[in-house]
Amino acid sequence: MTLRLRWRKLVSGIMLTCTGACAFVAVSLLFFILGYLVYHGGRALNWDFFTKLPTPVGETGGGMANAILGSAKLLLLASLVGVPIGFFGGVYLAEFGGRTTGFVVRYTTDLLNGVPSIVIGIFAYGIVVLPFKHFSALAGGFALGLMMIPITLRSTEEFLRSVPRSMREAALALGASRWRTIATVVVPAAYRGILTAVLLAVARVAGETAPLLFTAFNNRFWSSGWSQPTASLPVMIYTYAIAPYEDWHRQAWVAGAVLLSLVLLANILARTALARGISAPRA
Amino acid sequence: MKKINGLLLYLCLALGVCTRAQDPMLVNGAGATFPLPVYSKWFDEYHKAHPGVQINYQSVGSGAGIRQLQSGTVDFGASDMPMTDEQLGQAKVPVQHFPTVLGAVVPTYNIPGVSAELNFTPDALAGIYLGTITKWNDPAIAGANSGVNLPSSDIVVAHRSDGSGTTFIWTDYLSKVNADWKSKVGRGASVNWPVGLGGKGNEGVSGLVKETPNAVGYVELIYAIQNNMPYGRVRNAAGSFMKADLNGVTAAAAAAAKNMPDDFRVSITNPEGKTAYPISSFTWLLIPTKISDPVKRDTLKGFLKWMMTDGQKFTEPLSYAKLPKEVVEKEMKAIAKIQ
Amino acid sequence: MAASSHVVRAPGPIAGPRAFLRRLRSGDEIAHLITLCFAASVVLVTSLLVYELWVDSALARHKFGWHFFFTSVWDPIAEQFGALPFIYGTLVTSALGLLIAVPLGLGAAIFLSELAPPRISDGLTFFIDLLAAVPSVIYGLIGVFILVPILRNFGEPSLKATLGFLPLFQGPMYGVGFLAAGIVLAVMVLPFIISVSREVLLSVPREQREAALALGATRWEATWKVVVPFARTGIFGSIFLALARALGETMAVTMVIGNNPQVSASLFAPGYSIAAVVANEFTEATGDLHLQALIELGLVLFLITFLLNGLARLLILTTSRRGSAVEVA
Repeated sequence: MTLRLRWRKLVSGIMLTCTGACAFVAVSLLFFILGYLVYHGGRALNWDFFTKLPTPVGETGGGMANAILGSAKLLLLASLVGVPIGFFGGVYLAEFGGRTTGFVVRYTTDLLNGVPSIVIGIFAYGIVVLPFKHFSALAGGFALGLMMIPITLRSTEEFLRSVPRSMREAALALGASRWRTIATVVVPAAYRGILTAVLLAVARVAGETAPLLFTAFNNRFWSSGWSQPTASLPVMIYTYAIAPYEDWHRQAWVAGAVLLSLVLLANILARTALARGISAPRA
Repeated sequence: MKKINGLLLYLCLALGVCTRAQDPMLVNGAGATFPLPVYSKWFDEYHKAHPGVQINYQSVGSGAGIRQLQSGTVDFGASDMPMTDEQLGQAKVPVQHFPTVLGAVVPTYNIPGVSAELNFTPDALAGIYLGTITKWNDPAIAGANSGVNLPSSDIVVAHRSDGSGTTFIWTDYLSKVNADWKSKVGRGASVNWPVGLGGKGNEGVSGLVKETPNAVGYVELIYAIQNNMPYGRVRNAAGSFMKADLNGVTAAAAAAAKNMPDDFRVSITNPEGKTAYPISSFTWLLIPTKISDPVKRDTLKGFLKWMMTDGQKFTEPLSYAKLPKEVVEKEMKAIAKIQ
Repeated sequence: MAASSHVVRAPGPIAGPRAFLRRLRSGDEIAHLITLCFAASVVLVTSLLVYELWVDSALARHKFGWHFFFTSVWDPIAEQFGALPFIYGTLVTSALGLLIAVPLGLGAAIFLSELAPPRISDGLTFFIDLLAAVPSVIYGLIGVFILVPILRNFGEPSLKATLGFLPLFQGPMYGVGFLAAGIVLAVMVLPFIISVSREVLLSVPREQREAALALGATRWEATWKVVVPFARTGIFGSIFLALARALGETMAVTMVIGNNPQVSASLFAPGYSIAAVVANEFTEATGDLHLQALIELGLVLFLITFLLNGLARLLILTTSRRGSAVEVA
C-alpha cells in the first residue's frame, strides 16, 4: 500500500466520520429541544393550565384554557377553508386538469405555499378584519386556511395520481361515469393518504403565530362565537415569553410543551400511517 | 365510514363551541401597556361585579391602540399619549379622552454588583439614550452618585420597538430638559432611536433589562416593582432627586388638575413643584362619543363611572396614583357626551 | 380530458350560455365545473393577495421610488422610511443560517444516504423530519431562554477572544443580535436541507457510484467527487428552498434579533428583519405612509421568496425522482 493510498483512505475515514457527526448533531438537536421542553414544561404542568383563564397581569396562577379552545376553533375554521379547496382543487388537477390550466393552478399553488406567513397575515387583515371592523377568529382561521391549501392540494393530487389506472379503467368499463368513478373508486382508494396529509397540514398551521397577530388578535376571556378575537396557544407563548414575569415564563414553557407534543404526535401518526402504505384497493 | 364519523365529530365540536354564543357581552379594547396591570385588574373586577360583561383589553402599545380605534376594529382605545388633532381627524368617529390613572416612568437598570439606587440627572439620561454616554462609570453618571462603585462596562440601552405612549412620555420629558435630544430625536410614540435594543411593550423592555447585564430601560413604575428591579431617582425641575412614588406623581399633576382642559389632553412632565416626580403622566381611555350599539354604549358608560369611583381603590396597591378630585368631577360630566 | 360522452349538440348556432347549461346535464361536467371552481379560487385568492400588496403600498412606492431600497432611515415621526436595514438584516441572518446549516445538513444527508444501513437511515430521517414540524415560536422560546444567555456568557466572548480582529466579531455583546438569529435560522432550515438532499442523493443511479469505486476511488472520493456533483442541482434546489423559508421566518427571529433597525458589520449587533418589523409595527403604524411602507416591505419579501421558490422547484425537479408521497415544505 503506497503512502498516497493510505492518505486517501485516512481522509475517507475522517470525512465519513464527520458526516456521521453531522447526522448525530442534527438528531440530538431534536432530542434536546424536545427533552428540554418536556422537562421544563412538564415540571410546571398542572390542571390549572387546562382549566383556568389567565389572571390579571402581575398575579400568579391561572392557565390557558381559553387559548387551547381558541386554537382548536382556529384550526377547525382553517380546515373548513383549506380542506375543501385543497381537496377539490387536487381532484381537478388529477382528474380533469388540462395542460395550461393544470400548469397555472400548480404554479399559483406553489406561489401561495411560498408566501411568508406574515404576508398572509397582512392580506387577511386587509380583506377580513378591516371590512368587518374587528379582529375575529374568522380572520385568523381564514389566514391559517390559506396556508393549508397548498399542502392539501398537492398531496391530494399526488395520492389520487398514485391510484393505478387499472382501477379507473375497470370502473369505467363497468359503465360508471367519470364522476362516479372518482367519487366511489379513486377517492376511497386514496383517502387514507389524503387524510394523513390533511392531518400534517393542520399540524403545520397549528404552530403558526405571525398570521394570528393581527387577525385573531388575543383575548383574556373565552371568545364566544366566531367573530370575536380569540386567544391561541402560539400567540400566548409569544406574549408570555417576552415579558418579565417569572410566572408567565413558566406558563410559556408549559404551553410550549403542550403545543409541541400535539404537533409532534400528529406528525408521527400521519407519517407512520403513510409509511405503512396507502390502503390497498379492495377486491 | 371513518370519514363520516370524523365529520360528525367535527360538527359536534362546532356546535358545542357555538352554543357558548349565549354569552356575555364582549367589548374589545386595545392600547397602552403602561396601565396594563391596573386595567387588567379593573376589567377582571368589573367582570366579577357584572358577570354579563367581558371587557377584553389587549396591551399592544398606545400607537396600536390609536390606530385600531381609528380603523374601527376595536370598541375603545387606551393611550399614554394624547391623540394629536391630526389623529383625531383621521378617526371614524369623534373621540373623547378620559384620564384613568396617574403613573410614573422610571429608569430601571440591571448592573451586576450595584444594588444601590442611582441618581440620574436629565443630561445623563439624554446622553445615555443619545449614545454619547456609553459606560456606566462616565462622569456624567458618577458625578451624581458619589459612593457608588460603578463598573466601566458598556451600557446596554433598551427602548420600545412598538409605538408606545410610554416612549412618548419619556421622549417628551427628554425633549423638555435637553436641547440636543429635542433637535436630534424629538418626541413621539415611535422615534428614530440612536442606540439600543428594542423590546415589545413595557413587558418586553422589562424583560430585556432583567435578562441583560448592564442594561438600562424606561418602564412604568409597577413593572419595575413587580419584577424586583432597581430603578433610579431623577432630578426634577426644582433640583431634587426624586424617587417615583404616589406622592411625587400626585404632586406632578397638581397644577394641571386645576387647569384641566375640556378634552383632558395635557402633559405633566418636568413640572414645577418641589416634590414632583418629573416623569409622570396621565393615561387615557379613548372612547368614541358616538356608539351605535346601545348595549355597548351603556356598558362603556357604566364601566367609566365604576372606574372613577370604586375602581380608584385598586390603583394605589399597584403603585398608580388616583385621579385628582377636580379631574374626576370634570370627567363625570364628560361621560354624558357619549351618545 | 373529458372521457365522457359528448352531449348531443342541438342543431343550429345556439349561443354560449344555453349550450353550456345544456351540457351540464351530465354529472361529469358538473363535477368538472365544481372542481374547476375550487381550483380557480386558489388562483383568485393568490392574485388578490398580490393585487392587495401592490395597491396598498402605492403611496409609499410613489413617494420613495427606488430610494426605498437604499435608505437606512426608519423614522415614523419624520415620515422617512428606508428598507435597507431590514433587507440587510434579513439577508445577513439568512446567509449566516445557511452558512451553518448547509455543511451540517449536507454532511448528515451524505451519511444518511451513503453510509447508514437503510433502516437506521429511515429511522433517523423520520426524526429529522419531525424537527421540521416544530413551530417557529418554540424555536423562539428556546432561543430566548437558552441560546441568548449562552451566547452572551460564553459564545460571543470566546469568539471575540479568538477572532476579535475581524470586524464581524467586534462591539458590545448583548446575546441578542444577528448571530443569535442566524443560529436559530440554521437549526430551523437544517431538516429541509437534510431531507431533500438525502432524497436527491438516493436518486443518483448506482452505476455512477459503482463506476467510481471500480476505478479505485475510496468511498469518500466516490461520494464527494461523483455522487454529490451528479446531484448538485437538486442540492442547490434544497438550499434555495431553505433560504426561502429562512427569509420569511418571523417569530423566532423577532425574539432574538434585538429589533434595532441598523446596518452593522458586527454579528454581535442587534438588527431587524423585514418579517420582524412588520410583525412589530403593523397594528400600530401611525399614519398611512407608515402602514404602506410596511406593506411595501411585505411586497419585497414576497417577491424575493417567490423568485427563490421558483428557482428551487425547477432545480429539484431536474434531479430527484417524481411522486414522493410525503410533501416537503
